[in-house]
Amino acid sequence: MAVRMRLRAFRLAAWLGWQMESNWTDPWLFAVYSIIKPVSSALILVVMYYVVTGGQTQGDLFAGLYVGNAFFMYVGQLMFGMSWVVMEDREFFRTFKYMYLAAPSIYWYLTGRAVAKFLVTSLAVAVVLGFGTAFLDLPLALGAVRWGYLAAVLALGILACVAFGLLMAGIMVISARHGQGYAESFAGVLYLLCGVVFPLDVLPAPLQPVGRAIPFTYWIEGVRRALMGRGMSPSLAGVDDGAILAILLLSSLATLAVAVLFYAWMERIARDRGLIDQVTEH
Amino acid sequence: MLEELERNLRAVRARAYVRVVGTFRELSWVAFEIAMPLLSVGAYVFLYRALGAPERYIGYVLLGGAMTAYWLNVLWSMASQFYWEKQSGQLEIFFITPVSRMSILAGMAAGGMFMSTARALGTLVLGSWLFGVQYRMEGIWAGLGIFLLTLAALYGLGMVGASLFMMYGREAWHTANLLQEPIYLLSGFYFPVRALPRWLAAAAGIIPITLGLDAIRQVVFPGAVDGLLDPGLEAALLAVSCAAYFVLAHAALRKLEDLAKREGRLTLRWQ
Repeated sequence: MAVRMRLRAFRLAAWLGWQMESNWTDPWLFAVYSIIKPVSSALILVVMYYVVTGGQTQGDLFAGLYVGNAFFMYVGQLMFGMSWVVMEDREFFRTFKYMYLAAPSIYWYLTGRAVAKFLVTSLAVAVVLGFGTAFLDLPLALGAVRWGYLAAVLALGILACVAFGLLMAGIMVISARHGQGYAESFAGVLYLLCGVVFPLDVLPAPLQPVGRAIPFTYWIEGVRRALMGRGMSPSLAGVDDGAILAILLLSSLATLAVAVLFYAWMERIARDRGLIDQVTEH
Repeated sequence: MLEELERNLRAVRARAYVRVVGTFRELSWVAFEIAMPLLSVGAYVFLYRALGAPERYIGYVLLGGAMTAYWLNVLWSMASQFYWEKQSGQLEIFFITPVSRMSILAGMAAGGMFMSTARALGTLVLGSWLFGVQYRMEGIWAGLGIFLLTLAALYGLGMVGASLFMMYGREAWHTANLLQEPIYLLSGFYFPVRALPRWLAAAAGIIPITLGLDAIRQVVFPGAVDGLLDPGLEAALLAVSCAAYFVLAHAALRKLEDLAKREGRLTLRWQ
């Protein structure tokens, strides 16, 4: 019964999230909107690469950074999607307290609200990869993709995204309204530490162990191996595909456990201080 | 006349005060608005290093990263601010206050500049130290002058945006969201804007940061010969756009306030 109620909360939260994400405009404009942002983000890297290399995009480094950047969109979007719900429901719609009264589990509600972001981001990732293949000589061939490995890596990576989203949601519960950029800032740090657009080995030595402790490092490496047959970081070259998967599984589960505990702790602070229904202005 | 001026100046101060005080009340912003953005800019620094780019590109990225603070502030705390105020029920209070709307917007801009400068300075100073960025010291004052012109024009554009967004519902949020990465790309936040097709770079000049960044880079970084236009000309264009945006903001505000009243949108929430 409890499981059914939680799944119902998840489903309804997903439906609500989709409505809020998409029904502010017509479907055509929504599709354009969903694509322009990620393509622009990818093009920033492309132009940076072009400026230095004089227009070359054939190298392994380019393919690695392009694919890494495309999939990293999930991190930013899911973290933002889950954490911004707290701010939006609490500050603008003033419904966050009712979610505590109505939803059987706030975790399932927050995760459900991120489903719309997942769907939109999946479309964006597909478009960015298609664009790269069509116009930038990205060496991707559907026949060469290891689909089973990709599915396993992708699922675990999404689990890690949910865990980090919950961590950010915990911070939002006790933050004032201008926490809007928090998820983005945090995603930026992960973007640096996980070697998303450059090999991990380029990072200063003290930062490399930090990067190796974050699940997204293995996620992005695994996605590159599944799509292109090779990774980008020499320091991970000695780790075989099975080990990448195992490390990703363990680190994602560990992050999720920490995130649940952290959210519960922040929630307790928020209840103590009467912050669950606070409204802040600036 | 003097009394009216004084009242408006007090409104500017009052609206700015909230943001200045707010900056010091939520100390989490030190981590999220200074330290973390610096690290995310670091990703582009390491990418340039991995590619073996000329050293001045590190400075370009850092300056662009610092300027994102202002662009985000203009988008989220200027242009879409009247939308937020509408959502929280404060817009009508602003509108019945016996001061010019421009004074309220000017106060928002002043407070916003204060908040953003804290973040931008953090990124620039810490980043320059961490990544060993070299500056042409003789170009610093000219760079500062162009920077101030850029800010004036940019916040003028933000005021135009505020008047347009006043009409919007949730589209305001999505429009502001849409104007992040595409503008980072078009304005050359992380690379010389001359790398874009000439017509596209020229069109992007409508955003003051495009010209401002390009001009500042040319005067403060040694060996920066990859500018779009002469920095003097860019400064002149910024001065013109500054005046144009203020006039446009004033006109747009009156026109759209009138329209919003007729269509009953000023107090319409959650749509």
